[in-house]
Amino acid sequence: MSDVSQPAAHPPVTDWVNDFDHTDPQWTDDPFPIWDELRAASPVVHTERFLGCYMPTTYDAVREIANDPEHFSSRRIIVRDVRPELTRNAAPPITSDPPVHKPAKQLLLPPFTPDAMKKLEPRMRAICNELIDGFIADGKVDAAARYSKYIPVQAIAHMLGIPESDSDLFINWIHMILELSIKDESKLLEAVQEMSAYFRTQIEERRSRPTDDLISYLMNAKDKEGQPLEESHVLGSLRLLLIAGIDTTWSAIGSSLWHLARTPADRERLIAEPGLIPTAVEELLRAYSPVTMAREVVKETTVSGCPVKAGNMVLLSFPAANRDPKMFPDADKVVIDRRENRHAAFGLGIHRCVGSNLARMEMQVALEEWLKRIPDFALDPAGTVTWSQGTVRGPRQLPFLLGRAM
Amino acid sequence: MTERLKVHVDPDKCQGHARCKALAPELFELDEYGNAHEAGNGIVPPGLEDKAWLAKSNCPEIAIDVIEE
Ligand code: SF4
Repeated sequence: MSDVSQPAAHPPVTDWVNDFDHTDPQWTDDPFPIWDELRAASPVVHTERFLGCYMPTTYDAVREIANDPEHFSSRRIIVRDVRPELTRNAAPPITSDPPVHKPAKQLLLPPFTPDAMKKLEPRMRAICNELIDGFIADGKVDAAARYSKYIPVQAIAHMLGIPESDSDLFINWIHMILELSIKDESKLLEAVQEMSAYFRTQIEERRSRPTDDLISYLMNAKDKEGQPLEESHVLGSLRLLLIAGIDTTWSAIGSSLWHLARTPADRERLIAEPGLIPTAVEELLRAYSPVTMAREVVKETTVSGCPVKAGNMVLLSFPAANRDPKMFPDADKVVIDRRENRHAAFGLGIHRCVGSNLARMEMQVALEEWLKRIPDFALDPAGTVTWSQGTVRGPRQLPFLLGRAM
Repeated sequence: MTERLKVHVDPDKCQGHARCKALAPELFELDEYGNAHEAGNGIVPPGLEDKAWLAKSNCPEIAIDVIEE
């Protein structure tokens, strides 16, 4: 993937409680103590950065906002330096508010049920093993760049019916939209245009040669009145499907492997008890939730007793909610057999991630196949682990040494 | 004598996270959108009580009730 220009720097943060910044390198490296500090100060904190932005710090405050689409609009879902102009059908249903949200979401739910995901599982196992084949003999690997990164992109390409071999192209668009655009709006426009052009070509091809993939599914879908969807809606949903699954699950798999590389006891336990992997996946999702969504305050209200004013953005941090010790005993510890785990990694309320069943399946398969073939691995002391900035948190460089002779 | 348990999903709260189905497949069913409802009349057969409580405590939307009768 081409490494495009770095985003503009913000002044470093010196007062986290009143001037937080989720793009600050300190946050990117290790956000957990920062969230604890913010939570101790207030259930909702505010910064003047990003044209004014609140952040709920507790599980309850996050839950309150997620369940209140009347005061908190989803028309903007990423906190950026700018507020790009609103476009209709930007990425339905994630950018939709009631009442148009529900039909747009119901359209996407059937292809992502747990049963539908079961059918995809064999292809996922094959993808993971093809990737492992590519590096297992080397004795070392960047597990983010060569493993976790390609699993979700190939899965969604498979579902959409677009070439898995175009993965690098898709990954680059996502990087531009989710990371670079926080500080450079032109990257957003550029990527969106390229994606839309790509999908228009795919739609054209299917008009003469119909397929049974998700693109054809959306092309053939009808709205409540029995009419086909507007082209902008089809394109918006396709962009969403491609964007939403990639960085997020890439990050979740990467963070899980990072944890297992540093925690041999957990790794050995999962190898001895593979039946525990689904439970461990939930705990890893809680502890290292990758996704922070945003909302825009459209009507003044209060959250956990704190007043919030219209016009500000909200950094809706599901990861911070999942570290709230009031909700989770030993919230700062990874307890891979934690049984009670009401975590919010996939969001809460009507905007719950449509792809959560897919992501869970991908994580389980990615860990199972990896642990079967690479039971021993550790961080390579000669390399550096780096983390993504902003909306989605996960390792972007994850240098590992493989095998017993480490 | 253990009491009889019943599970109930509040359809207005359920958002289809499918945790209940994963943890207690005997007690919950999903519709075509992946939203859950209790299987049959919701009565928890003996031996599955633990799964009922587990589903309740893992539902992110707090949509599941376990009723002791
Ligand atoms: S876990 Fe809760 S939200 Fe998810 S399907 Fe079951 S009842 Fe619905």
